[in-house]
Amino acid sequence: MTTLERDVDARVLRFDRTERWLHWSNAVLFLILLATGMTLYIGPLAALVGRRVLLKDVHVISGLLLPVPLLAAYAGSWRARLRQDVRRFARWSVDDWRWLRTLGRHGHERMGKFNAGQKLNAIFVAGCIPVMLMTGVIMRWFSPFPLAWRTGATFVHDSLALTLGAVVLGHILKALAEPVAMRSMRTGMVPAEHVRLRHPRWWREVVSADD
Amino acid sequence: MLQGPPPRRPISGGAAYPRGVLPQTPQDAELPPEDAPVGRRALLGMLGLGTLGVLWGAKVQSGLDRALRPITLNDRTGLSAFLPTSSRFRIYSVTGSLPHRTDLEYRLTVDGHVDRPATLDLTDLRQRLPQRALTKDFQCVTGWRVPDVPWEGVRLADLLEEVGARPDASHVRFWSFDGVYTETLTMEQARRDDVLVAHHMLGAPVTREHGGPVRLYVAPMYGYKSLKWLDRVEVVTELDEPSDPGYWENLGYDTDAWVGSSNGRRDEAT
Repeated sequence: MTTLERDVDARVLRFDRTERWLHWSNAVLFLILLATGMTLYIGPLAALVGRRVLLKDVHVISGLLLPVPLLAAYAGSWRARLRQDVRRFARWSVDDWRWLRTLGRHGHERMGKFNAGQKLNAIFVAGCIPVMLMTGVIMRWFSPFPLAWRTGATFVHDSLALTLGAVVLGHILKALAEPVAMRSMRTGMVPAEHVRLRHPRWWREVVSADD
Repeated sequence: MLQGPPPRRPISGGAAYPRGVLPQTPQDAELPPEDAPVGRRALLGMLGLGTLGVLWGAKVQSGLDRALRPITLNDRTGLSAFLPTSSRFRIYSVTGSLPHRTDLEYRLTVDGHVDRPATLDLTDLRQRLPQRALTKDFQCVTGWRVPDVPWEGVRLADLLEEVGARPDASHVRFWSFDGVYTETLTMEQARRDDVLVAHHMLGAPVTREHGGPVRLYVAPMYGYKSLKWLDRVEVVTELDEPSDPGYWENLGYDTDAWVGSSNGRRDEAT
């Protein structure tokens, strides 16, 4: 048994400051967008709240701001770990597919830093940003575009927003059920023991980088 | 070995495990490579689908609307408000909260350039004056359209007849009891057969969010002409209020709001 395994306090950095800052700015913007968007979209809620012009402005401004944290996080040398993690999200091994096929029942044996569900969540949310932005811009500044585009953009924006809302809700529920994960997005750290037992592949990376 | 560039230091960061300790690594040396570029493909796929959706979504939408119409029309749960169909009402109000008048306290003032100014209550509108029912689409200038909405009310033409609108009148101005929303029609438009002071829609009294107890329904024009929470009908000889020709018109929408030939839109006539 090594020293580390006996050291109950040993911790590993999961998310650095850039990543935490990016996550929480995105979270705030997403929640504002979901709240104002739902109020604009769902009749009874719109009737209850009113103030449509104000809500629309808040929604549009938050939407335009949405890519800013991502661009800022990528704008300097502080992006190093974020890039590493983006690469982890983007690149899949056979284990990830197995994990996904079995809905998490198998594929843990060589688990990397993120499981396939987390990878999928990150990719989907990242992909939503340009699509929602593009369709939102067409909805808001529709005059230069053909009329059918406005209808089409509304259709895409609405359908994707519903899906995204469900995904974000699932993400929040999973995070609440997993205090270790929640804490790591707040403080950045996870117990080394957790990494060793649950994420052996990531553990190897941590170890080989720290020789 | 791992594929791709090795993780850079310092991967463990500040308070990681103690230096100089070499922890145990998994014995499994043959890790499958993590190299399927799923992320890029998924991202490009989403962008592609999104673009296709913008280009062809209008067609998908109308198909979906047709398919979902039996559900949305008979929905009593309100859950269909979540469906991405365009054939449902979206509730717009220009003020902070929805204005409210009970059936009992409701009065409609009809005045201005008329011989017999009148204050009408709901009984006048629902029983005393001649009734007209029609079933027509409601088309919003933002694109959604609710097909085959049943409307009941008094023809605006009959109302103008009732109060004796004078021959030199040029326009009718409508005031909402939300205190902000106003609209106008020319006398000729106001006398059309398909312009109603409506007290029923969708087979029931006009609800508060739809502009009840009484609203305007200007069938051949975009929805913003069908003023909600109708408070006052004023016959005028000129448009001289700061709010003229109307709330939405002052925000840039066309004054003659014919469905299909205004606001740069080419919707099918209602």
